[in-house]
Amino acid sequence: MSETASEVKLTPFNEYHLALGAKMVPFAGYMMPIQYSGITEEHLAVRKNVGLFDLSHMGEFFVSGPGALEFLQKMTTNDVSTLEPGQIQYSCMCYENGGIVDDLLVYRLPDQYMLVVNAANLQKDFDWLHSHKPGNVNLVNKSDDYGLLAIQGPNAQAVISEMSDYDFESLPYYNATTVKIGKYNVLLSRTGYTGEDGFEMYIPNEQCDDLWKMTTDAGKKHGMKLIGLGARDSLRLEMKMTLYGNDIDQTTTPIEAGLAWIVKPEKGDFIARDVLVRQKEDKPSRRLICLEIEGRAFPRHGYELLHAGKVVGQVTSGTVSPSLGKPIAMGYLKRELTNLGNRVDVKIRDKLFEAVVVKPPFYKEGSHR
Amino acid sequence: MNIPSDLRYTSEHEWVSLEGKLATVGITDYAQGELGDIVFVELPNVGDEVKAGSAFGTIEAVKAVSELFAPVGGKIVEINEELQDNPTVVNSDPYGDGWMIKIEVKDPGEFDKLLPASEYQKLTE
Repeated sequence: MSETASEVKLTPFNEYHLALGAKMVPFAGYMMPIQYSGITEEHLAVRKNVGLFDLSHMGEFFVSGPGALEFLQKMTTNDVSTLEPGQIQYSCMCYENGGIVDDLLVYRLPDQYMLVVNAANLQKDFDWLHSHKPGNVNLVNKSDDYGLLAIQGPNAQAVISEMSDYDFESLPYYNATTVKIGKYNVLLSRTGYTGEDGFEMYIPNEQCDDLWKMTTDAGKKHGMKLIGLGARDSLRLEMKMTLYGNDIDQTTTPIEAGLAWIVKPEKGDFIARDVLVRQKEDKPSRRLICLEIEGRAFPRHGYELLHAGKVVGQVTSGTVSPSLGKPIAMGYLKRELTNLGNRVDVKIRDKLFEAVVVKPPFYKEGSHR
Repeated sequence: MNIPSDLRYTSEHEWVSLEGKLATVGITDYAQGELGDIVFVELPNVGDEVKAGSAFGTIEAVKAVSELFAPVGGKIVEINEELQDNPTVVNSDPYGDGWMIKIEVKDPGEFDKLLPASEYQKLTE
């Protein structure tokens, strides 16, 4: 047996995926459902109605202690001091040179912070945080203790409202609270990675069976479908939400990736602050942009972008958009060529396809609040 | 898994039927299942010559792109035009309406060397 095979973990919902006939693949150290009925069908179900995702592979770190705020201000680029209890922010961690360690969500809970990180970066992130951690901060990795279910789609609130008396209408986007569901107090947030309204539930392992049953029962009334990682990828791409390892990594900075809005130099010092400030002032040599492509093309990570026959960038994510019915891509392009409406070519095997720089997001009808 | 016993197969998951000198080629039920949602199928032109084992086209599925390899050599005499507008028929009916090309076979001996259903079955286990 290979080393990787022996280390693959199962989520708390694994047996349900198998019973539903999901196609399972190893992803970031977990066996994960990539699709159930089909990626396109699942994608459109989330856009038009509601879908359920198992995202238990995501990592959860808890940060507490008197130095917690100062520590997170140093480690992340967004301004953690603006968070009221219950509020959440999108952020990233950078290396000293501005390259991205990971993008993440920072939850301010009543008495501590929760960081939600990418599964593929979990150990790297933990080591990075731990190596900078002062003595007055507690950092705990509870990723193995929690399952994560996401209900996403314009009818997400209808489904979650079947499960609890809580007034979900009063919970704003990017806010978290503890909600009574059955006999459990569940940590739940109005967040997602689809552009639709939705909720994410962080569930201790021993409660996962009960919460799965309650959630799928509530979903039946509303025709909720199970959604795999395949549709998760095309849903986030239609919104120009970046994926670590595809669109951003240690060789790209948040400025290049169009994430300057989560870089807050005015908050004070943090890792990579000066590098990022300088890059923003000087303007980066390349930017992550959105492309719509003409013709029967399927753009994929790594394909070259050309202008006047010269390589001027590359595709970082691409698909044929199920919502728009046409090929779309994100990619890095030389800054001089990134104006809306500019044309470049995407090289797919030996053919060139014309592409035009468009304004994000690709899909503009999202139901998120 | 549907593996019709009257067809022959390749290790690249194509199926072939032969009537006289006319071979019909498609991809197997196993292949379409592995590929998932098929978005485009690129086929050669009628009249092109292909050699056994050479690439004759590509399948773009949401998850990945795959090359199609000719199981037998000869001249392309027909392509399935329907796949241009409706490629998902390869997912729904891989051995029927999802056929891809018809080849006028040069050497019927090439067909005899292809895998019978029982051998192909082992590749999918």
